[in-house]
Amino acid sequence: MKQKYVGAPVRKRDAMALVTGQPVYTADIAPAGCLVVKLLRSPHASAVIREIRADAARRAPGIACVLTWRDVPQSRFTTAGQTWPEPSPYDRLILDRRIRCAGDPVAIVAGETEAQVDAALRLIKVEYDVQTPLLDFTQALDNPILVHPEPDFRALCDVGADNKRNLCAQGVNAEGDVDAELAKCEVVIDQTYNTLANNQTMMETFRAFAQLDAFGRLVVTSSTQVPFHVRRILSNALELPKSRIRVVKPRIGGGFGAKQTAVCEVYPAIVALHTGRPAMIVYSRAESMTNGSPRHQMQIHIRLGADRDGTIRAIDLHTLSNAGAYGEHGPTTVGLSGHKSIPLYGSVQHFRFSWDVVYTNTMGAGAYRGYGATQGIYALETAVNELAAQLGIDPTVLREKNMVREGQRMPAYYGEMLQSCALDRCMARAKQMIGWDEKYPARTLPNGHIRSVGVAMAMQGSSISHVDVAGVRIMLGDEGYYTLMIGATDMGTGCDTILAQMAADCLDCPLERITVPGVDTDTSPYDCGSYASSTTYLTGMAVVKAAGELREKILGRGAELLEADSGECEFDGLRVTHLPSGRFVTLEDIGYDSFSGAHSCLVAETSCTSPTSPPPFMVGIAEIDLDPETGKVEMVDYAGAVDCGTVVNANLARVQTEGGIVQGIGMALTEQVQYTDKGMMMNNSLMQYKIPTRLDAGRIRVEFEPSCEPAGPFGAKSIGELVINTPAPAITNAIYNATGLQFRSLPVTSEQIAMGLMQKRG
Amino acid sequence: MKIEVTLNGRTCTDEIPDDLRLFDYLRQKGCASVKCGCETSNCGLCTVLLDGKPVLSCSVLAARASGHAVTTLEGVQERAAVFGAFLADQGAEQCGFCSPGLVMTVLAMEEELEHPTREEIQHYLAGNLCRCSGYQGQLRAIENYLNREVQA
Amino acid sequence: MFNAQRCLVAQSLEEAYAANQKRTAAVMGGMCWMKMGHRRLQTIIDLSALGLDQIEAAADEITIGAMVTLRQLETSPVLAAEFGSAFADAVRPIVGVQLRNCATVGGSVWGRFGFSDVLTLLLALDVEVELYPGGRVPLEKFVRMPPDDQILVSLRIRRTGRAVAIQSHRNSATDFPVLAAAASRTPAGAWTLTVGARPQRAMRVEIALPAHPTREQADAALAAALAEVPFGSNMRAGADYRRHLAGVLLRRAVLQIEGGEA
Repeated sequence: MKQKYVGAPVRKRDAMALVTGQPVYTADIAPAGCLVVKLLRSPHASAVIREIRADAARRAPGIACVLTWRDVPQSRFTTAGQTWPEPSPYDRLILDRRIRCAGDPVAIVAGETEAQVDAALRLIKVEYDVQTPLLDFTQALDNPILVHPEPDFRALCDVGADNKRNLCAQGVNAEGDVDAELAKCEVVIDQTYNTLANNQTMMETFRAFAQLDAFGRLVVTSSTQVPFHVRRILSNALELPKSRIRVVKPRIGGGFGAKQTAVCEVYPAIVALHTGRPAMIVYSRAESMTNGSPRHQMQIHIRLGADRDGTIRAIDLHTLSNAGAYGEHGPTTVGLSGHKSIPLYGSVQHFRFSWDVVYTNTMGAGAYRGYGATQGIYALETAVNELAAQLGIDPTVLREKNMVREGQRMPAYYGEMLQSCALDRCMARAKQMIGWDEKYPARTLPNGHIRSVGVAMAMQGSSISHVDVAGVRIMLGDEGYYTLMIGATDMGTGCDTILAQMAADCLDCPLERITVPGVDTDTSPYDCGSYASSTTYLTGMAVVKAAGELREKILGRGAELLEADSGECEFDGLRVTHLPSGRFVTLEDIGYDSFSGAHSCLVAETSCTSPTSPPPFMVGIAEIDLDPETGKVEMVDYAGAVDCGTVVNANLARVQTEGGIVQGIGMALTEQVQYTDKGMMMNNSLMQYKIPTRLDAGRIRVEFEPSCEPAGPFGAKSIGELVINTPAPAITNAIYNATGLQFRSLPVTSEQIAMGLMQKRG
Repeated sequence: MKIEVTLNGRTCTDEIPDDLRLFDYLRQKGCASVKCGCETSNCGLCTVLLDGKPVLSCSVLAARASGHAVTTLEGVQERAAVFGAFLADQGAEQCGFCSPGLVMTVLAMEEELEHPTREEIQHYLAGNLCRCSGYQGQLRAIENYLNREVQA
Repeated sequence: MFNAQRCLVAQSLEEAYAANQKRTAAVMGGMCWMKMGHRRLQTIIDLSALGLDQIEAAADEITIGAMVTLRQLETSPVLAAEFGSAFADAVRPIVGVQLRNCATVGGSVWGRFGFSDVLTLLLALDVEVELYPGGRVPLEKFVRMPPDDQILVSLRIRRTGRAVAIQSHRNSATDFPVLAAAASRTPAGAWTLTVGARPQRAMRVEIALPAHPTREQADAALAAALAEVPFGSNMRAGADYRRHLAGVLLRRAVLQIEGGEA
């Protein structure tokens, strides 16, 4: 197979439409006359609705529909976009009498104009029986306050859920004898690490519109990463057969996992069913912040055992995860906190990973890039840096001694064999990029500021093994062009382009000959969606397989037209040639022929699932400038060396990495989620939840150290999630190297640093 | 009230509610490039030019645009395509939702600052948030764009 | 977003003032802050037709019209000639160029916002607020007056030859300040120091500082003076850290002036 496009920095197919502002997003293409849908939200974190009076609102001018808990189906469901049977418990209703977090929806109002809907919202009178909220997730397990006392709570999978104990999930996974091994270790780091919820803050907030088609079917157009899952979620929530639902995905203004949960689709859908009219909901930024699907807050306790020479021998890791009010992605994100951190250390033969995921009356969490791995890697990498400090060993040297290497079995990674790994080369490259040996640990500048460096490693997976399914259909058109139908969703990442690059190389054709339509559950092949770092790896695999099958079919049809034995023919992408005679038939002619007479179209359709989830790897090194008087940390430089297998599109891989690193910088330094003592989330805007601006990001440099993954298409692994995982531990390490202060909670603020230094000085 | 706005070079006379934001007015006039990303004047997505100066269309009343010239991405398609191609060549548009606001601010910067330094560029664009790109590719694209004649 | 039945583009100060007598009326500055509220108003009053968007220097004072934008403060050659980079330093970290092209100095001062960098700087200068119809009021007195129904027309800065510098600390580059601090020194060597974002409104710090203090003298004087200044806690930082920052930033502002950078 020739590689003309795979590896090339190809422009995204939709790039020019996006940069010239074409109307391609959900709200841009909504039909005229859409009803405006808004939600009345609870001001209390825990309450039961005693009475709700909506008659005045229903009679208000321009109002088409007001729905309360009495008006919605009573089947519990989850909005988590996961393959059925979902591990996330079925714990929510469209509207519930019981309020479990501030902002829980109380009524759905639809009307002609926003002003009319706003006026109607003010007319709804609700009497709440306000209850004491359970806000501290470390006190949730077996707390007398129950978040989900309802008898119809149910978990489809055995994830250890028990609503009578506020448990969303619980479990343990171990190999060897970790307690005995830790007892034998010369040094044990025994510490607890804390991460907060983080909001994805994709620039396009949650939004969807719904309408009924000529056949009375519900058509939902949504900014979603998971159209097929949305179809099932709507079917569950609305008690409507899937055959009556169609979900369409246009261009998406960012997702980062937020849109792996069907946060908003059900509201316009139920309005469209009630009114027969098109209806659209557009979440405000505040709603997206307080009732979206942020990262799980976690508290991770680690016992890390080693010998004095730095050999890491045992890891005991327990994660307490805060599901918040609802269990979306609760049982699964927690798994990655151990399964995608512990295997970084190939030297470890004894490990135990245990977890509890608990319900509280804080906002429900969900999927955010990294999906639990981010929190686990922050904790473990910080613990390893603490070990290095305690042993007086350079933290890069400690890692070189213990890191996982190609060919090793990974006990904490479901026993998978590591087929491709350039983590060692990533470490060498990152150190060289930053000048580690000259800069470690720190130096003081003439202005009193301290320049220091810090390091971390990271891994992720590539798709969920045995679970994720990627479908691809490639069809030859009548002029010899191809239509590549996928069910994976491009959310700005460029997967439509990356998959077309692969198809073009497989089919030996110019990239322009591959058309990739948007996703539509009526016509696209089934794909679980774009999450779990699956698209390049798994959907790419399906593309390669389908293109191979289509080539065979083209060759066969060409040979038929040439009245020759296909064994004597060759397809070079342009024509099928009978090699002995030199006679040929062009692809265009084969295309035309397949559209005429009694011939059938030439189409190949495949579906892929992967028995393994090959991990990509990364090393990140942060260089910071720290003002010891104010505690201010400025990012100076960030070196990222990435092993994502074969780099399919260097530009897109680079920008993914740069973007992930900056999100990680925000998590490390500025992104705070704070609650009032009543359970109201205070950081409900871009004014109060500070994502990095371009002035906060510093300089970022990314280089690739590709390995070749035998299972991956063209040797590729994933990249999208991996890249968010190193900044938090690397920056925490740099702060330690600058100040001697060891922080174990995120974010690390200038206040903590300055006050810590003052305390240290006495 | 009645307003008269020169929108992308065309005179528009419209009867509007007095408290209509310029953002809503522009969307109603079919300028779909103008996006909203927050309610707190922080994101820069809704940036348009008012008499050539970049402003947040979410924070200006349409009434205030009466008698003035408003430019959206729809009105500068050619220039947008020239700069946008540099963004596209970096893959830095990513989801694209912040691109219209960014493009408008870059075009305004080009008019306002002569040979801006990297620091001046970063400060001029600090009000344009992007969550996808990490900003580095945008900077590469902007510098390549501003140097295009030198390079050509 | 607020809503309003009527937008009155005032043709005179009299008209604006008359309209502002109703409790359901409000004057609109840049609208950046006002739009975040949900007030339901009868009339919003727009002053943009009154020519209040100029910065003008006379022999003894500089006049800044109420509708001058923060971006104008940042780029004004008049202010740069008189005060060096202080105005640019004060406003440049405020969100972005787009916002600063909207937000007005009148809105910033009228709001008497705790987080205001602009107020922190202006309080370190010799400023009067010109109100209609009440006439001139010293800024220090104005910020303590409850908001009334007058119209803020302009700010008058007396040209007393002060050297001035402002410093701020922010958790992220374009965020509200955790603390803002300004210092100015008259040609005779008299210092005026202010702290803002305490998180309460900016105020002057009573301090005994020699005309040309050393770092040690400045630190000692500040430690004593700041003990009397009230600081508070909010979601951005605690009171103790703010008090510490105030000492650091004020000393830096003083030394910045001493170093001749201002």
